[in-house]
Amino acid sequence: MSAYLDHAASTPLRPEAFEAMLPWLQSNYANPSGAHRLARHALRAIDEARDVVAACLGAEPGEIIFTSGGTESDNLAILGVHDAVGGTVLCAATEHHAVLEPVESRAGRLVPVGPDGRIKLEALEAYLGPDVTLVSVMASNNEVGTVQPLAAVAEAVGRLAPQALLHTDAVQAISWLDVAGDAAKANLISVSAHKFGGPKGVGALVVRSGTPLQARHIGGGQERERRSGTQNVAGIVALAQAMQITVDERQSTVERIRILRDRLADGLRDAIPDLCETGVLTDSSLGQLTSDSSGTGPSAPDRSALVAGICHVCIQGIESEALLFLLEQDEVYASAAASCASGAMEPSHVLAAMGLPRELANGALRLSLGWCTTEAEVEHAITAITRAVERLRQFRPPTLASSGLVMGDSGRVR
Amino acid sequence: MKVLVAMSGGVDSSVAAALLVEAGHDVTGVTMKLWGGESDTGCCSVADVEDARRAAQQLDVEHIVFNFGDDFMTHVVEPYVAAHEVGVTPNPCIECNRHLKFDRLLDRADALGFDALATGHHARIVATAGGGQRLARGADQAKDQSYVLYVVPSSDLARVMLPVGDLTKAQVRAEATRLGLRTADKPDSQDVCFITSTGGRRAFLGDRIALKPGRMVDNAGTDMGPVEAMELVTVGQRKGLGLAGEGEPKYAVAVDVVAGLVTIGTADDLLIDRLSITDVVWSQRPVYGEMMAQCSAHGEPRRVEVSEGELTATAHVRLIDGPIRRVAAGQSVVFYDGDEVVGGGIVFSSASTESAAGSGS
Repeated sequence: MSAYLDHAASTPLRPEAFEAMLPWLQSNYANPSGAHRLARHALRAIDEARDVVAACLGAEPGEIIFTSGGTESDNLAILGVHDAVGGTVLCAATEHHAVLEPVESRAGRLVPVGPDGRIKLEALEAYLGPDVTLVSVMASNNEVGTVQPLAAVAEAVGRLAPQALLHTDAVQAISWLDVAGDAAKANLISVSAHKFGGPKGVGALVVRSGTPLQARHIGGGQERERRSGTQNVAGIVALAQAMQITVDERQSTVERIRILRDRLADGLRDAIPDLCETGVLTDSSLGQLTSDSSGTGPSAPDRSALVAGICHVCIQGIESEALLFLLEQDEVYASAAASCASGAMEPSHVLAAMGLPRELANGALRLSLGWCTTEAEVEHAITAITRAVERLRQFRPPTLASSGLVMGDSGRVR
Repeated sequence: MKVLVAMSGGVDSSVAAALLVEAGHDVTGVTMKLWGGESDTGCCSVADVEDARRAAQQLDVEHIVFNFGDDFMTHVVEPYVAAHEVGVTPNPCIECNRHLKFDRLLDRADALGFDALATGHHARIVATAGGGQRLARGADQAKDQSYVLYVVPSSDLARVMLPVGDLTKAQVRAEATRLGLRTADKPDSQDVCFITSTGGRRAFLGDRIALKPGRMVDNAGTDMGPVEAMELVTVGQRKGLGLAGEGEPKYAVAVDVVAGLVTIGTADDLLIDRLSITDVVWSQRPVYGEMMAQCSAHGEPRRVEVSEGELTATAHVRLIDGPIRRVAAGQSVVFYDGDEVVGGGIVFSSASTESAAGSGS
């Protein structure tokens, strides 16, 4: 028995998306910018995909730019707008690094979030002013699953910085939220195919007409000169196919997965009483956490502000690296925070921004469900996680290992 | 056996992993990410993690990365900086072995169900008459690393494997070549992993503490000129003090960071034949009397007489066959019985029986 609970990192390719790719990998290999019938075939496939994506995201076909994925879309949105108009860029402190790094590179400002991970609207309001040109707030968080109040953000921006554009990173949201509706006020929207059943290496950016944008890839002038480079035909076709299915099935998937996620979270809370369910913290429960460090959150969690597919917990006295290794032995595949290039786990900036104590954040575990997650996987994960935590707790907690005095049998004193 | 192999991305640990695979063990490679800052060769840069991962792939074993950056900061980097502030020059590799490889990583290996932890160190583990284990010099005397491992408690050695300890460096490279390991020709790592060759200690310490200027004086107290940064002067140093010129070569023979004074003297003034050490550890039980000692990382073994110190975990060391160049406080003295490590400690003072000038260093 195995349990793949890392769908937020990458979710399996939809069989329909796989099928849709094949003609563009096998029989029609023409460059869509070419001047013959085969090329026009490929171009038509892209145009039709563009229609599908536009309809799913509530945009016009001409507003869709195909990219290489979420990072490129985020980079193009932030840097492309800033290069075109300058000014100050704001983003939530819990954005993905693909947004954070570009914002920081342009000396932008990070807006704090509350203990539940939601942007503090009063802080945003305080930062909004005539100098602000772009505000970037993700639709839902990749680590904790917090859904951001995009409508309220758009309202505040419209009221206090009407000149500013709004970008939303919806990379994690397509499977769970009505992005077309929730992000209707956003001028720019980033998506990535492999987060909703498409292949890796392809994504899209919605750029509403009239949005100033400086291209970052220049050359052949593809994508209306906003993103040069031969299009990934098979990838784009598959992205559209996966997005269509995901959006069509979204309501039933969300209902089904929400029940499984609640079962997972409740099962873990029952088995590990001092477990802290992260996405449901409030000011008072966080205060309690930081004062007594006992590791438990609110007793009756309100998960309504979380996407259906994420269960994020922190386990007192446990280190994520060790826990993930043991889970892998039981074929439970999950993650902690974002990984850096070396493969080492870095402390999560998201948990830090939410005010979680570092020691608790070291025991972070993100379990992310997807369109094909089963009840059996969830039950297997609960059993395996419970067993792994019990094993690790038999060994001395890391706080002792790093404290000063350790006496070995050979008489060493340190 | 289920063995966790610490793989730095170098040739020694790659071959260690390969030998364990050939011996039929269930091997997992691990690279510790210890240092996130600047590094040029080091054991923890992304490139080295990649080398380790690729070597593990060649051997068809799993490779994982553990981030012990916080522990490395607490146990190695911060004490290293703090020591320099009081004129002590520690050996960070020893502290890394003590706190990271053979404490943190060994505990992690235990918790994850591994039977043993292996590293690519050039040292051996030998059985003692009493049924325990003891560390011994590696087969390649020139590459021996037992000196930096004396801090590993013998009780832990039962769970440690050092597969390349029986090989010379040339044999290790030959083995790597035979196996086609991509690390076969990788140069040996040098120096401290968190200090870059371009910036050196000056840049590293200067970024972290305010370097303190001082004065140089001779034995008679005569002023010999200014010192830019007290923390960068090491006992025995000759170059970089601005003292080149006619006459006998002059050296820093004592460094008092707190008072801001470097005492300058001749090569003879550097000679000492008594050392006092602290943080003493013994591989079995304390042994006093005559034995061999290595007083610096690449020093020749010397005959010494060891006696118990007045305070807990201290000892006095007398060099039997005449003096040696002064050893900086913070460096380790390691005791041997033949090839076997019997204990060691950290120098806090050294002196010469002949002259009264050199108490403290």
